[in-house]
Amino acid sequence: MTDSPALRRLGLLTPALVTIVALIGVPLALMFWISLLQKGGSSGVDWASVPSLGNYIRLVWEEDFDGTMIVNTSYLVILLRSVLQAALTTGLCLLFGLPVAFWMAGLSRGQRDIMLLLITIPFWTNLLVRNYAWLIILREDGWLSQVVNSISPIGPVQLLYNDLAVAIGLTYSFLPFMILPLYTVFEKFDWRLLEAAQDLGAPQSRALRRVLIPIAMPGIAAGSLLVFIPCLGAFVTPALLGGGKTLMLGNIIQMQFGASRNWPFGAALSVVLLALMVAVMLAMALWRNRRAR
Amino acid sequence: MNIRRFPLTREISLLVLIYLYVPVVVLVGYSFNANRTATVWSHASLDWYGRILVNPAIQSAAKNSLVLALCAATAATVIALLAALAMSRAFPQRGGVEAMLKMPLILPEIVVAVATLMLFVALGVHLGLGAMILAHTAFCIPFAYLPIRARLEGMNQSYGEAAQDLYANRFRSFRRVTLPLLWPGIMAGFTLAFVTSLDDFLTSFFLSGPGTTTLPVYIFSSIKAGITPEINAISTVMLAISVLLVSLSFFLGRLRR
Repeated sequence: MTDSPALRRLGLLTPALVTIVALIGVPLALMFWISLLQKGGSSGVDWASVPSLGNYIRLVWEEDFDGTMIVNTSYLVILLRSVLQAALTTGLCLLFGLPVAFWMAGLSRGQRDIMLLLITIPFWTNLLVRNYAWLIILREDGWLSQVVNSISPIGPVQLLYNDLAVAIGLTYSFLPFMILPLYTVFEKFDWRLLEAAQDLGAPQSRALRRVLIPIAMPGIAAGSLLVFIPCLGAFVTPALLGGGKTLMLGNIIQMQFGASRNWPFGAALSVVLLALMVAVMLAMALWRNRRAR
Repeated sequence: MNIRRFPLTREISLLVLIYLYVPVVVLVGYSFNANRTATVWSHASLDWYGRILVNPAIQSAAKNSLVLALCAATAATVIALLAALAMSRAFPQRGGVEAMLKMPLILPEIVVAVATLMLFVALGVHLGLGAMILAHTAFCIPFAYLPIRARLEGMNQSYGEAAQDLYANRFRSFRRVTLPLLWPGIMAGFTLAFVTSLDDFLTSFFLSGPGTTTLPVYIFSSIKAGITPEINAISTVMLAISVLLVSLSFFLGRLRR
């Protein structure tokens, strides 16, 4: 029989590789191509158009009535909001995730398992359902609104359909992504390092800053990436909790494929989202390399 | 002072747990509310569960969701099992292949969803259940792959070799030795892939054709039309299914090796 280990391995891997290339690689390549074409036809793409960077130019400039190009900031604002919203969410997840992961690592084995399950369950429940639950809490006739409004010194406040509501929803959606990598780091943590620091007279805040945070850095980096990237492309949270007012990148991509029916422009926006993601990952890799040296 | 304790970590952790579970409790609580207005409490009742059981639109969405999740998770698990077996021994391109298998986890879902939509339309693939099964299979692969791979990693490879030394052929040693030992990993992987597909909204949103709505897509369009107690009840059912399946997968993954 001519069956070598390499050949057998290839046979076993073929279904996975074919599926991923055909259903993820090929669509992404086609999307790059479509982002260079013009809109038109019933499918939303004019396949015969000459490839150009027109859709990317449209992100920043638009043609005036007399044909001069003027800067159009509406897409840039949405782009900037998406980045800021993702950064804010990452910050909030870090602020709350760090103490939780640290606390969990100090628990007994059985308690840790229970906490892990408790943290994981919301992460696996339907994203739509989780955001919907916040919608009913933050609504005008929801209980939180009523509590807040009964004690609010500045009169009635609207909790829903603003950036804060989106931040609450996004943090809720992605907090487990931050806690789990941090927990993995703290789980292996050598507590004697902390004892040593304190024996040498470091107060707790200083031990935290000089011992714990540097050791947690790989977890912080991994968690930040896992929160930041899905936040950038978020669609459900801004659609439900942001109303029509606080659109993010994901929402305008969807609009190009829904109401506007401008697929090439939607494809260009998706490429921008991918490029942002790659830029963040590269920056993180560079920073990690520099740190390793 | 306990070295393992920084001030406030315990308090913050308890606050975070409350933050994680308050929405769940509120949602489940309101689903038993008899009032027609979704967020105004009157008295407890099971009315809305009765209504969703007999709603034909919900029945058909639930059926689509189940068929989709069952097909996609089965296909993804078989594909992932084969891949995991291939990856159990070191080879030069292993790192690259591993990165490819995990690719669906990293890419923003909305980008993959619209790209798949464009491909299917360009190829003339009919949108609907079939298209959704194909797309779901692809992004479920890593969810099925990781638990199987973890189980395989912790398994003693010499059992299979011993069987072959005792003259079992490769297929027989796989079926009688490797597969039974691997079973909890396979079930955990299948369960996670199933939940991932069942819970997916974005990909189904773009690829569902007329008449092939899934439960999450149905919930989304209902919310857009206005919040009703009915949505509370369906959401609670979906929540219960996820919690049940994920707990199951968690315990399967921890079965004695």
